[in-house]
Amino acid sequence: MIRDPSDLQRYNASERANHWVTGICFILLALSGMALFHPALFPLTSLFGGGVWTRILHPFIGVVMMLFFVVMFFRFKRLNHMTDTDWEWVKRAKEMVDGDDHNMPEMGKYNGGQKLLFWFLGLAMLVLFVSGIIIWRAYFSHYFPIGVIRTGAVLHAVFATVMIIAIIVHVYAAIWVRGTIRAMLYGTVTRAWAKQHHRAWYRQVTGK
Amino acid sequence: MALQSLDIAKRSATTTESPQARKTLEVAKLIDVSKCIGCKACQVACIQWNDLHEEVGSCGGTYDNPTDMTANSWTVMRYAEVESEERGLEWLIRKDGCMHCEDPGCLKACPSPGAIIKYANGIVDFHQENCIGCGYCVTGCPFNVPRISQKDSKAYKCTLCSDRVAVGLEPACVKVCPTGSISFGSKEDMKELADERITELKERGFKNAGLYDPAGVGGTHVMYVLNHADKPGLYSGLPADPTIAPTVSLWKGFAKPLAMAGIAAAALGGLFHYVMKGPNEVSKEIEAEVEKELEAEK
Repeated sequence: MIRDPSDLQRYNASERANHWVTGICFILLALSGMALFHPALFPLTSLFGGGVWTRILHPFIGVVMMLFFVVMFFRFKRLNHMTDTDWEWVKRAKEMVDGDDHNMPEMGKYNGGQKLLFWFLGLAMLVLFVSGIIIWRAYFSHYFPIGVIRTGAVLHAVFATVMIIAIIVHVYAAIWVRGTIRAMLYGTVTRAWAKQHHRAWYRQVTGK
Repeated sequence: MALQSLDIAKRSATTTESPQARKTLEVAKLIDVSKCIGCKACQVACIQWNDLHEEVGSCGGTYDNPTDMTANSWTVMRYAEVESEERGLEWLIRKDGCMHCEDPGCLKACPSPGAIIKYANGIVDFHQENCIGCGYCVTGCPFNVPRISQKDSKAYKCTLCSDRVAVGLEPACVKVCPTGSISFGSKEDMKELADERITELKERGFKNAGLYDPAGVGGTHVMYVLNHADKPGLYSGLPADPTIAPTVSLWKGFAKPLAMAGIAAAALGGLFHYVMKGPNEVSKEIEAEVEKELEAEK
């Protein structure tokens, strides 16, 4: 437990656990969902004990994810309102991706990209949850007309695909920006990391 | 299946071609609605041959019994009382069940390889041992035919007695029909038979008599002779122009490769970005600045 005492706390234990439960659910849902979406990936059902078990488990995992996501959503909502500076950051994001972040505006705890991802995930989870209930044949489909079920199936596939892509970007961003993953593993980041990537937040927590 | 008569033409959740060297005869069942007396012998024969056991239900105020198809009742007679100025009261009785589409929506929607099979002879069959119980076949079917069992969560429907047809027998319902309302043979022969009957019906004053073999699903291997072919809806809601819904076509067509390409592009994009642009590390300058700030604090 030897750590640099000057490190900054970014997430507390409860926030980290909340994030990881949601994350594990997401991985299980993406694997089982893709298995039922594209025939080439049907063998992924073996990870869940076969096709029938995949069909049984997927929606229940979805409900667990939704519960934990809702908690996380309201935890972080306050910190994710888009500001003019955030939009400025988004406009300049291409420069940063190209390897030059000198002209990026100062960011608070979250940058514009993270905030947009936050709101997109909120929308995607809502659509996936509602459409998922509609296409949940064992318990709910018989309450809905066939046209609604068909639309639900399409929306579920579309939003799941875009969400998987968004999460790949989310994970890659955490890998690319070195020193980030530790924030979600044990909660702290270095001061230099904070000053470089989230300077406004750095000033706020250090008073410098 | 080793039987030549049951060569497979299409298999659910399978992206490669099925064997095509042998070409079997396309079969069809023709149901002549104008000859049907509603005796339900076909329902009984279906239950008997397939060894099904329907629960005792309740009367819904009509002769329909059971009131809908179930996992144990793969065919149901539907009785419609239709009144028109021209003909007065007509009792239009239709034997409902799987239409065995040439382009089956159930098979298109099914995510489980080999759970739904279309044989080269045109019969669409559910193989319950591969069924995962998701109900996508229900979502895909333009005729609202498949039923998911409450007991085992498997999908069931009429097999067109594929087991009987494989050994050269006609389906059980055809065998028992006392009025000759149901016929079975090659699709070509059945169309000819229908033509003869339609001519007869027209002579008797049913000027809109015709064959129901909807093109929207590529034709069907269960066809009806209707005395009012211009209004299929009169026969307990038989769809006038059934097709696989555009939403189902999108979901099970274009969306699949597009989604896979998008996901692969995101993953590969990340890898190559890292390899080509390098990681985003904390700069030495800022590290030094922070060191100084900390020094000053002490």
